Amino acid sequence: MLQQLGQLPMGWLLTALLLFVMTAGFSIGRIRAERYSLSSSGKFHSRPNYHGYYVAMWGLAPALILALAYLLLAEPIARELLTRELPAAFHKLPKAELVSYLDAVSAVSAHRTYDGSDRVFTAVTHRYLELSGSLKITTLATILLSAVLGVMFARSHVSPDFRARQQVESGAELFLFLCAAIAIATTVGIVASLFYESIRFFSQVPVTDFLFGTRWNAQTNAEFGAVPLFFGTFMIALIAMFVAAPVGLFAAIYLSEYASRKTRSYVKPLLEVLAGIPTVVYGFFALLVVAPGVRSIALWINATLIDIGLANGPVLAAQPTSALAAGLVMGIMVIPFVSSLSDDVINAVPQTLRDAAFAMGATKSETIKQVILPAALPGIVASLLLAVSRAIGETMIVVMAAGQRARISLDPSTDLTTITVQIVALLTGETEFDSPKTLSAFALGLVLFLVTLCFNLIALRVVQRYREKYE
Amino acid sequence: MDTVGPAKADLALTGEGADKTQALTYPRIDCRNVSVYYDDKQAVFDVSLAIHDRAVTALIGPSGCGKSTFLRCLNRMNDTIEGAKVTGDIFMEGENINSPDVDPVLLRSRVGMVFQKPNPFPKSIYDNIAYGPRIHGMVDSREDLDAVVEKSLRRAGLWEEVKDRLSQPGTSLSGGQQQRLCIARAIAVRPEVILMDEPCSALDPIATARIEELIDELRKRYCIVIVTHSMQQAARVSQRTAFFHLGNLVEMGDTDQIFTNPRERRTEDYITGRFG
Repeated sequence: MLQQLGQLPMGWLLTALLLFVMTAGFSIGRIRAERYSLSSSGKFHSRPNYHGYYVAMWGLAPALILALAYLLLAEPIARELLTRELPAAFHKLPKAELVSYLDAVSAVSAHRTYDGSDRVFTAVTHRYLELSGSLKITTLATILLSAVLGVMFARSHVSPDFRARQQVESGAELFLFLCAAIAIATTVGIVASLFYESIRFFSQVPVTDFLFGTRWNAQTNAEFGAVPLFFGTFMIALIAMFVAAPVGLFAAIYLSEYASRKTRSYVKPLLEVLAGIPTVVYGFFALLVVAPGVRSIALWINATLIDIGLANGPVLAAQPTSALAAGLVMGIMVIPFVSSLSDDVINAVPQTLRDAAFAMGATKSETIKQVILPAALPGIVASLLLAVSRAIGETMIVVMAAGQRARISLDPSTDLTTITVQIVALLTGETEFDSPKTLSAFALGLVLFLVTLCFNLIALRVVQRYREKYE
Repeated sequence: MDTVGPAKADLALTGEGADKTQALTYPRIDCRNVSVYYDDKQAVFDVSLAIHDRAVTALIGPSGCGKSTFLRCLNRMNDTIEGAKVTGDIFMEGENINSPDVDPVLLRSRVGMVFQKPNPFPKSIYDNIAYGPRIHGMVDSREDLDAVVEKSLRRAGLWEEVKDRLSQPGTSLSGGQQQRLCIARAIAVRPEVILMDEPCSALDPIATARIEELIDELRKRYCIVIVTHSMQQAARVSQRTAFFHLGNLVEMGDTDQIFTNPRERRTEDYITGRFG
């Protein structure tokens, strides 16, 4: 009996149960309110529908919480109960083996595919089905009971004076707040884990060594001086901004001031397509097209310098992956961030200011240089800052085209590594969560997070100030 | 450069004491068959009228009647609107300013404009006034520029109020002061004509009265064309009035005649408040 119950399709049952509680609660509340208003002469404060929503809310809320709790906890509880009943031989198994055994048990019990050749396994599976069956039936009963209690409680409130509408609205507000809180709580959780793991890392490696050390060799030598990574990140972001800032800004000026409506309607979406290209595509573009190009130009410069007698040996490193290649492609990638935001702020400069300048006999370029750009400057700066924080956090392009060697070099044709590249390198493959090698990734992540947070905060403040001015 | 340069505007400085009858004697701007199209929609139909120097000409009419659009033909501001097309001839000093050979940038230094909403640049009061003289290269030294700024602010009746805070942003002034700042900014390039597009519609009655006094003062030196929604304002400040309706010029004449004895039925209906 319990075994059969163990195979109940809980997803469907829970959905059906919740829908039933909802409709039943609504009808009960509504009908009661209508009966009341027919029998009594007094005017109802809230319309019958609101009483319906109110009762449904009270039926649904506890049921929903219980259902969620079941979905999260049922499996671990069933496993825990099962483990306790297993013969002593099982408890001597290594933890990983026990877990995979239990995985097999729950998979087989879900799909009923086992041929029964291993009698112990069959018995364990049956016991597991019994356990989860009793859990399921208890859950369903509890949900039904709580829903009935909730509905009865709410139904007793239905009366002409009861402010059901206000109750429903504060219920809706609470629901919306919870949704917002989930997003915030996730962020807080991520930041907290970053801090926690970083603190563990800094208990093994001094903060000053990490922040000011110039040798990084986390994989083999346990050297954690992150300065070369900061340098690489900074260098590549700088190259990217050398591309993105002028190109993006001039594109924005063209779009907002010069392009005809028709051109704009084609060019603007096309520019924004750039933002939709997956960064991994940029990455292999950087690796396969740009990096070889950079290398051959560097080799040519080397050869020329030697030819004309200015150098005795190669001056540039001319590596197959290079800071310049990654930076150039990253610059292309962030162009739409600069152009789109700058275009928005330039468009937000009131038309009356343009009219004023034109009516004074200013030419178009005078108007742009002397009136529009100064007025839009804070917004443009903000768009550049957002682009920088985007460039610093970018991962895929640098993983593919920047390189792995941590070093400090101003030669753009050499390979550099960045914070993000190292995080990827540290956390891929076999990792143990206690070694400083893995923990250093969290420290790097924390630095990255704090830096981009600063940039974003400054950018947001600047944008806000600017908006206030023109509204 | 000889015919369309700001230097010629000096003419306008000789008109002290010109009285009303003299003012109505010679036309400054002569418009013939002016039509304006926005894309395919026609906004102004075949308007011909003469605008006199040393006088205020008011353009009145209900919303959407094409009076502002017509006003913007006089300094080619319609060029800045995509899809706008102006046909017909507009003669200023015998030169057709609607011809493609005329550089609108130079034209606009001769024809100043004041807008509905005060629109000072986000710069200091001083730089707002100095903007025009600077871009047109009208001054050689800082002293000259100071003099132009002071003279323009005095003519706009703003000097006494702002002389101690010329370096503050123009946007820090009150609405009425901002509008007088915009008038001073327009005067600073020594234009011959000043166009005003509902210059008081964003101002309170006291600031409005102040601007109207100023317009009356400026009339002695400049040719002024003002678009207004307020018939009382047209009656108070103008010598000539043109009534527009649905993109057509219905009637034009001396202001007294238009308001006391209009020739057209539609004009009478509008000024007596039967529509509009």
